[in-house]
Amino acid sequence: MSEGGIHVNVARTRAGAIVGERPAAPATVVDEAPVRAALGEVMDPELPMLSVVDLGIIHRVAIAPNGGPITVEILPTFVGCPALELIKASIAGRLGAFGRPVVVTATFEVPWSSDRISPAGRAALLEAGIAPPGPATTGDAPVLIDLEPRVPCPHCGSRRTTVENLFGPTQCRTIRYCADCRQPFESIKPV
Amino acid sequence: MTATAALPATALAGLLLSMADDEFVIGFSDSEWTGIAPLLEEDVAMSSLAQDELGHAAALYGLLGELIDTDPDAIAYDREPAEYRHCRLLDHGRGDWAMTIARRFLYDSADVIRLEALASGSWTPLAELVGKLVREERYHRMHAGAWLDRLARGDGEPRDRLLAALAELGPDAATVFTPLEDEAVLLEAGIIDAPMAELEDRWRASIAPVLADLDLPMPPPARDPERGRLDHGADFAWLWGEFTSVRRADPGATW
Repeated sequence: MSEGGIHVNVARTRAGAIVGERPAAPATVVDEAPVRAALGEVMDPELPMLSVVDLGIIHRVAIAPNGGPITVEILPTFVGCPALELIKASIAGRLGAFGRPVVVTATFEVPWSSDRISPAGRAALLEAGIAPPGPATTGDAPVLIDLEPRVPCPHCGSRRTTVENLFGPTQCRTIRYCADCRQPFESIKPV
Repeated sequence: MTATAALPATALAGLLLSMADDEFVIGFSDSEWTGIAPLLEEDVAMSSLAQDELGHAAALYGLLGELIDTDPDAIAYDREPAEYRHCRLLDHGRGDWAMTIARRFLYDSADVIRLEALASGSWTPLAELVGKLVREERYHRMHAGAWLDRLARGDGEPRDRLLAALAELGPDAATVFTPLEDEAVLLEAGIIDAPMAELEDRWRASIAPVLADLDLPMPPPARDPERGRLDHGADFAWLWGEFTSVRRADPGATW
């Protein structure tokens, strides 16, 4: 991480501003907080109610000192996720506003888990009619989709729901059915 | 393996190629059900499974491509049929639904044993990828297991078709564990935790209770085990023609 360098730059720029000097290019200061805030505006193409931050795929953000690149490492939700290149391009496009080179790479350094979806992301999924995932692990043991503790219907809240299909319209989704409001709905796979 | 030890690149490349080709071929076989599966739900499921497996293959070809400095697409598409190193279990044609379920059950149950043997391996890029693959493959096993159960308990035609499929595929099932060239090197480097022969034993122990519970036969030992990843037949030649057709139609095209 390059936080030390960033803070040095901030101090210099503030000092420069006091005496009215224009900072020498490329002294544009980029802090991590606004970069993360900008990432919060990049939406997932397959779950457009979720930002890449809420989806929990941001693994590491590094901002090189002295005008160097902003590097973002992301965790693919699924190995074969076809949206990955689009997500990388969206991130690079949004962060381009900071006037620095942007490098976005994917890593499996830690496996993405549905447990990484934020509380705000879970609320957004529910609002959009997609049931958020249950816990992906209990202690060290993985939890598969459990067919018994019924996932509440995101439309009416009923627990009289069944799994229609483990697989769904994207790799991360399962199709379910609510016997009360008689609506099919999707849920995110615990993984 | 210490940081200074040389990577056993040739042996590693052989392992990656065998795994990538397995995932690539079963992924394409699954995709043959897109649009014509017996149930709409299975149309979605098989298409999603195919997408997972082709994604796994792409990731493995990607690691291999970096290792041997070759374009992963060229590895995937520009070889002759005889140069593929998938196991013979995957050489059978699509067949009926029971064949697909039997093949998926036999392959998925073996694949997970292989992945577990690699998960703590010393070569970080593969161990990290495997950590992710294992999570996805759980759902594949759940799907295959549910269908195996359903067909096996469906007296009459479903069970008869399943038994016929297991009779055809059984003698090739253990070819997933065909010994690799330079396997000893991979063991010594700590990339895999046991020889293929031991992985086959682990696999047999894992499926025996499932098959016994359904009164289904255990797969016999592989026939011609040394050539378990060679001698691909006419069914694979046909599949190869399908999955390379776009690539061959316009070599060098970009998308």
